[in-house]
Parts: sequence; structure tokens; C-alpha cells
Amino acid sequence: MNVFDIIGPTMIGPSSSHTAGAVALGRVANKVMNQASPAKVRIELSGSFAHTYKGHGTDRALMAGIMGYKSYSAEIRDALDIAQQRGIEYEFVPTDIPGAHPNTARIYIKGKNGEECTVQGASIGGGNIRVDYINGMRVDFTGEHNTILVLHRDKPGLIAAVTNLMKEKYKEVNIGNFRLSRPVKGGEAMMTIEIDGMPPQGMIDDMRGIENVINVLLIRSV
Amino acid sequence: MLLYQAIEELLAAAAAQNKKISELVLADQAQQMEKTEQEVYAQMEQSFDVMCDSVLQGQGPNQRSTSGLTGGEGFKMMFYSERTAGGLSGVFMTRAMSRALAVSGCNAAMGKIVATPTAGSCGILPGCLVSLYEDKKMPKKDIVMSIFTAAAFGIVIAQRACLAGAQGGCQAECGSAAGMAAAALVELQGGTPQQAADACAIAIANQLGLVCDPVAGLVEIPCIKRNVSGVMIAFSSADMALAGIRSEIPVDECIDSMDEVGSALPASLRETALGGLAATPTGMKLKEQVFGPAQH
Repeated sequence: MNVFDIIGPTMIGPSSSHTAGAVALGRVANKVMNQASPAKVRIELSGSFAHTYKGHGTDRALMAGIMGYKSYSAEIRDALDIAQQRGIEYEFVPTDIPGAHPNTARIYIKGKNGEECTVQGASIGGGNIRVDYINGMRVDFTGEHNTILVLHRDKPGLIAAVTNLMKEKYKEVNIGNFRLSRPVKGGEAMMTIEIDGMPPQGMIDDMRGIENVINVLLIRSV
Repeated sequence: MLLYQAIEELLAAAAAQNKKISELVLADQAQQMEKTEQEVYAQMEQSFDVMCDSVLQGQGPNQRSTSGLTGGEGFKMMFYSERTAGGLSGVFMTRAMSRALAVSGCNAAMGKIVATPTAGSCGILPGCLVSLYEDKKMPKKDIVMSIFTAAAFGIVIAQRACLAGAQGGCQAECGSAAGMAAAALVELQGGTPQQAADACAIAIANQLGLVCDPVAGLVEIPCIKRNVSGVMIAFSSADMALAGIRSEIPVDECIDSMDEVGSALPASLRETALGGLAATPTGMKLKEQVFGPAQH
């Protein structure tokens, strides 16, 4: 903890968990879309989010994050208008996700290029978040550290191929957290790798070049 | 390096090095964050600039919150201060009140603010510090430095107790902010680190048990007005300490007590909008006005 955890964040009001945290969740979806512009957005809101999203501007905050704005961007106030101007169709659906954290959002995005993504996560207080699912796969990261998502085919030796690349070519990289999600044996699987510090230049591209890796995304600390 | 586990530790280190708490903290944080003191100071100066902007944003005559429940309080208070030559509390205090209302109103209107330490309590530190800067013409450098003192007290409170209304009630938000501001004010007036600690203790003791009961769950009623009471408590606590009045209960024990009181509060009084002012007939009616009839 440092002085700027106490004096900060600089943010758009009114609530760190309902507004700033919602921007952060939207930003994760923005990264998962990997610069593809969204055409349709559907956001399901659970718990406290479902009841108070209008008054806290949670809807605007989520859309702002999806469009790449930050928790201190003045555009958050007008995010729904900006989305309309950009031709993004959006809807907010209050729902109940059983067992989910009280401030949970499930974001579905269809891109103009046809690409789709889903992100489910919770705003856990003070602008901090926890991401629970990406594209239906279980993940578990907070966005506090730079996080690398490796979507791959479930083949023997692939985790070693990825971590060996980090060890051999990018020696200074230290893994702080690692999680594998594999819904079906032999199907698509996802590695969630949190690292200390910044990812070295070229590492993400090198990872994409590994056989049976489908895509690699870097979610910079939000 | 400092651990920020007790205010006593800050006082001992300040005495040993014969430094102000802010100087001690700036040097320590620069080392911990692996940045230069100039960089860390510059970042804090930016935060203070945002505070000044939030005051301006929130003092407009047509300022309204997103929900429509509140708005214009900062303007009304400043107008009153001018019209009555300071009302009952005097020019300086009524202007400080206006600034606290303005920043808190800016927050409710989805304007840009610095959480100090939270969004719900964001008007207290600016209410105090922007007033010393603009009305008492204190040097900006001293004001920015005093925020390091406020932050250090906040780190200790966060580690010994908590800063979230959902965990500790409003005493954890507005109470902590008032305690942090009181310490900063003492340092700015040339008081000793011990006096800063006493001021923080008095401010916390005066808000012990403050419940978090936002109407409709929104950061507006009573949050906006509690930012004003936080400012008043910060100033009066600082003045008491500077006058040589001690806090009989040491500050670290006051913080521990706040943690205990927070844990003992029922959930209905910890930011659930199920108790307190939120549960009054009018509170329920206002909730319906914003969100429509209850669905469950």
C-alpha cells in the first residue's frame, strides 16, 4: 500500500465500486476484443449492480471501459451517447447470477468483424476488480498486475513451451500467478499468467508463434 | 522503511530524524515506489490540482446529481457566505463548507474527483486544504506536502481498521477523512507530529459509530452533508490540538476502537441502504423516485 492508494484513484464519481470498478471491467472486455470495434453489447447486471446501476452510472462506466476509456476519463458521463454515435447497439439486463459477488457484470460483445467475446467479473471495492470468466472459460485475475491470456489447443507440452519461452528468451520475467482452464480434454483451453512488471517487447508476439497457440492477449494492469 | 502499522511509529521516526511527518513519508514512499522524491511529489501535486478543479466543477449554480436527488449545494453555500458576510460560522469556515459540498456534489454528478480516501468522503480533504490554499494563501508546496501526512495517517487507518463504508460504516469513510485532514492541518499550522496525532485522534473519536446509510444506495444523502461535518470536525480537532488539548486516548487506540465499532455494526448500517436514513419513509420514497417501485 502506498500514499496513492489512500489519496486516489483520480476517478469519475460517484462510487469507486459502482463506477470506477465498472470502467475497469469494461476495459478488460475492450482488451479481450483486441481492438475490434463492437457492434452489439449486452450487459447482464447482478446483485447491487442490478438495483443501483442507473444512479451510480454503472451502465455508462461499463460502456466507457468497453470503448477503451479510463476511470478518470471525462467521457464516462456521456458514454452512452458516444456509443450511439459510434453505432454500437447496447442493452442492460438486470439479472441474478446465482452465487456471484454482489457487484457482478456479464458482458457480451459482438464485434463489427463478427468476433464475439464474453467477460464476467466483479467489482470488489475501491475500484478493484476480479475477472471470473472470459469466453466461457474460468479465469481468476484482478487486473492489478499485467496479465497474459493464452488461448490454446489442449496438447501435451504446451504449458512447458510457453513457460520455457519466458525462461529462455525473456529471463527477467517472473510469473506471479498461473491458472489453467480446460473445459474439455483435447479442446480449447486458456492459461492465465500474471507477471511482475512489464512484459518485454516481442514476448507476446513470440507466444502467438508457438504451435497450437490460438491467440495471446495482454491485459495491462487497469 | 516505515511499516505504517501505528501512528506511534511515525512519531518516533519523525522525532529520531527531526523531520516533519510529510518529509519522512515522501522520502520513504519514493524509496518504496522506486521513484525520485520529485516524481512522487509531482504526482501528489496533480492530485491536488484535480481537487481544486473538482471545487470549481461543483460550485456551478446548475450543478445537479445524476439521479436528480441533490445538486447546487456548493453554490448555495458560497452565495450565503457572501450574502451574510460569513453567516454564523464566519467567512473562512462557510467557504470551506461550500468547497466540501462542491467536491461531493461534483462526485454525485459524475465529475472528476480524487478519492480521499474514498469517493464518498472526497470533499473533506479538499474542503480543508483548498481553503488554506485559496483563502489563507498558504504556499502550494506546503499544502501538497501536507497531503503526504494525511496519506500516512490514512495508510495506518487502512491497515489497523478500514476505509470502506461497507466494512466499517461512515466512520471509516468520513471519519478517516476528517482524521487525516486534521493531521494535515496541524502540520500546516506549524504544530508538532504529536499534535497532529492528537488532532487525528480527536477527529476519529468525534465520529465514532457513524453509520453508512445512503438513501437509495447512492453517494448523496446524507454523504454530501457529512463531508461538511467532516470539515468542521477536522478544523476544530486541529485547533484543539494546536491549543495544547491532548487526546486522552492515544490515536492508535482510537483507530482500533473504530475497527471494533465497525465490526459490531449490523449489516443494515453498513452501506446496504437497508437501515438508518435510507429506511425512513422519505428515504424509501426517494429510492422509488429514482429507481421505480421495488421489484422484489
